[in-house]
Amino acid sequence: MTPLHQYLFLSALLFGVGLAGALTRRNAIIVLIGIELMLNAANLNFIAFWRFSRHPELATGLMFVLFSIGIAAAEAAVGLALIIAIYRHYRTANLDQFDSMKG
Amino acid sequence: MDPVFAFLALLTTAGAVAAVSLRNLVHCALCLVVAFAGLAALYLQLNAQFIGFAQILVYVGAVAILIVFAILLTRGSEPGNQPILSSSWQAGLGVAVLVLGALGVAVASSFVRYYPVSPAPQPTVRELGEQLMTNYVLPLEVIGLLLTAAMIGAVIIAMHEKQGPR
Repeated sequence: MTPLHQYLFLSALLFGVGLAGALTRRNAIIVLIGIELMLNAANLNFIAFWRFSRHPELATGLMFVLFSIGIAAAEAAVGLALIIAIYRHYRTANLDQFDSMKG
Repeated sequence: MDPVFAFLALLTTAGAVAAVSLRNLVHCALCLVVAFAGLAALYLQLNAQFIGFAQILVYVGAVAILIVFAILLTRGSEPGNQPILSSSWQAGLGVAVLVLGALGVAVASSFVRYYPVSPAPQPTVRELGEQLMTNYVLPLEVIGLLLTAAMIGAVIIAMHEKQGPR
């Protein structure tokens, strides 16, 4: 059986990859993909801690991940709708060109 | 290291790295599917069967398809040979590396390295359903409301604007 810290390292790696994608890419959709990866890294942490907890029969980690998946679905739908609306306005999905509110 | 875990970790990480680094957006979405499927397999490894299948249904089935639709609807923005990185990518990469280093040091120096491996729990879907209907009934209702509101909001945001007053 894989020990807990290996799951935590994998989750930290996924979070780092998602953060790097969200902060360095120009396309708004890739930024959203990065955010989804970060959310999934957090979910992996919840499941790993639940699996190694002293009272897994309470299923707290499972419940948290279930609700987190639901919220992530809502977030993805709203985020992609926003990207489509912005694309219709500016004819581009490049974040560098959404600068009309820049001071 | 457990070979199954090593394989799944490699698959998930490779999918995630490819999903944020490839130039073609459709390839990015397909690699994201690989990463999500690898995570679902990891959940199955951790004895969370219900969450693993929910992950496949929601992420592989719905979110990835939604992303593919958004990519196809914003197709005109495909960078031909424009740079794929934003103008401030050095700072972003620096922040990401710092966060990854901080998380790695935190995990490496914490007591979880010596955490005992407990016997595998066997949660049944019946238990999860009972929990959802007793302890977690209020969050369940709230998330149902949230999903409804988010879906209506997404449709309204993405709807065509009217061309002038009727």
